[in-house]
Amino acid sequence: MSIIQLDNISHHFGSLQVINSLSFNLDQGEVLGLFGHNGAGKTTTMKMILGLIKPNDGNIKVFGETPYDSNFNHFRYRIGFLPENVSFYQQLTGLEVLQFFAKLKKVSLDRCQQLLKQVGLSEASSRKVKTYSKGMKQRLGLAQAILTEPSLLLLDEPTVGLDPIATQEFYEIVDRLKNNGCSIILCSHVLPGVEKHIDKVAILSKGQLAAFGSIQELREQTPLPTKINFSGCFDIDDLSRQLGYEIEPEENGHFSVKTTSENKINLVKTLLAQPGINDLDTLPPSLEQLYRHFVVDGADAVRVGSGCEDRPDKRLIEPTRASTSEFNEQAKQGEVK
Amino acid sequence: MKSVLAVAEKELKDGLRNRWLIAITLIFAIMATGIAWFGSASVGSVGFSSIANTITSLSSLNVFLLPLIALLLSYHAIVGEDEDGTLLLLLTYPITKSELLFGKLIGQTSILAIATILGFGSACLSILIFADNIIASDLFGAFGLFILSAILLGMIFICLSYVISSWVSEKSKAAGLALVMWFFFVLIYDMGLLGLLVATEGQVQAELFPYLLLLNPTDIFRLINLVTFETNGTGLLSIAAEQSFTIGGLLVSMIAWIVLPFLLAYYRLIRRPI
Repeated sequence: MSIIQLDNISHHFGSLQVINSLSFNLDQGEVLGLFGHNGAGKTTTMKMILGLIKPNDGNIKVFGETPYDSNFNHFRYRIGFLPENVSFYQQLTGLEVLQFFAKLKKVSLDRCQQLLKQVGLSEASSRKVKTYSKGMKQRLGLAQAILTEPSLLLLDEPTVGLDPIATQEFYEIVDRLKNNGCSIILCSHVLPGVEKHIDKVAILSKGQLAAFGSIQELREQTPLPTKINFSGCFDIDDLSRQLGYEIEPEENGHFSVKTTSENKINLVKTLLAQPGINDLDTLPPSLEQLYRHFVVDGADAVRVGSGCEDRPDKRLIEPTRASTSEFNEQAKQGEVK
Repeated sequence: MKSVLAVAEKELKDGLRNRWLIAITLIFAIMATGIAWFGSASVGSVGFSSIANTITSLSSLNVFLLPLIALLLSYHAIVGEDEDGTLLLLLTYPITKSELLFGKLIGQTSILAIATILGFGSACLSILIFADNIIASDLFGAFGLFILSAILLGMIFICLSYVISSWVSEKSKAAGLALVMWFFFVLIYDMGLLGLLVATEGQVQAELFPYLLLLNPTDIFRLINLVTFETNGTGLLSIAAEQSFTIGGLLVSMIAWIVLPFLLAYYRLIRRPI
């Protein structure tokens, strides 16, 4: 069942088009990573899903209902939200803040202590929020977002300010909620580490969907090379001939070849057959590379394609009305070019 | 309704924590006690003079102070939550904008009401205990009405600052506008009215003039506390003496001054870009 359905959503603030024909679905128990540069429309998209902004055009359904309708209110018990940059009521203690939100969601107050413990704040629960560090506020924000064991969780930059261990614990909570059937949208521009926790990726660029699908699907859409790193004793020219690709030297005496994902396995077999190879690593295009491909290179392609290169700032106001598929097409041409 | 109470409780807690409640209570208590015992020092006597003098002096001082305190207490009610990001978060909760605003009104009014009752109430008690020839029912009646009208005046300015707070996008702008509004109602309006009266030599629309006082909540507050003692006010208020305002009518117009700004604030809040 689709928890979220966006169908050709468009929105503008005055003459500034922030969202342009955006469509995607999110099913139950799926984790969607929503990525994009600053001002790409990530937060606006979240606000529309939360029913805080009514889109100028298009259809939006959350739990099969229209989120900006007044009768959507009782679905809000099932939604958790962690906004970016929230500083809670400074004068209250962490526990009091959480209890305030618990009352609004009609959650038993006993759960608050338990949740604070879960996010690692139980020792600081009776201290005023104004003494909290950025990471502690972020944990408090996460605690209020999961007050009700939500069916839909929206997280805007959730790991900002968290140390590596807290980040790990955060992802454990995400995984647990997902296994309980919660659909999650994770909005971020911090990419490393997030890959293994998300099912789908949506890359927004200037209010348009530059790419959507699982990481594997995105890799297939791009000509980005898979890199094979290896080290050992061998004749470079001979091996290069056998592989059919040029071998590039890397740091620490390692070498690498770049290939396509289809060819990868053949190359690995060839390499393994070499007696001198003592280490081998395959690196498919990372989420960061995919992101760069779709956003940075894609944007260049559109600029060339739409003939606006002499007025680059004009594009901010009037983005080309290219559909997603055209956009990708242009992105590919840009890559070839 | 539970959400309204949760918001109100949070506001009250906030007021306790940042020492607002204790500070306002002390100001009121010191001011009221001081006026009651030393209010007639200017005419050469020290000690309690009369209930009428005390209430009249208290109301003319409070007309400046109370609106200022109310505005300071609540100018950031909406815009502050917006800047902190909590408004965005609250709106994703199962709470409506009207519940949020109403909860804030109840909470912040409670702070002001508790401070008013404790502050002025303690002065009232000191008079009852230490002054001679006091009829308790007169004293309680006068102070009761004074406290009630003071709470209403506070509510009016809380609601007026909600209008500002839900309209503007920055806290500093809200603070500035609140100050301008205070200046207008407390000083400019009466001066303008007096100027108009002098310029027209009191001839034009003489019967309409007292009603113009109802357009300024601080004047209504002063009228309420004058009418009780059938004393002639000074300056602008002396015009109103000819007109017979009833206390009930004046209280109703104060309530109108609460309801209308509250509705306007709500209207601005629904249209506020999130």
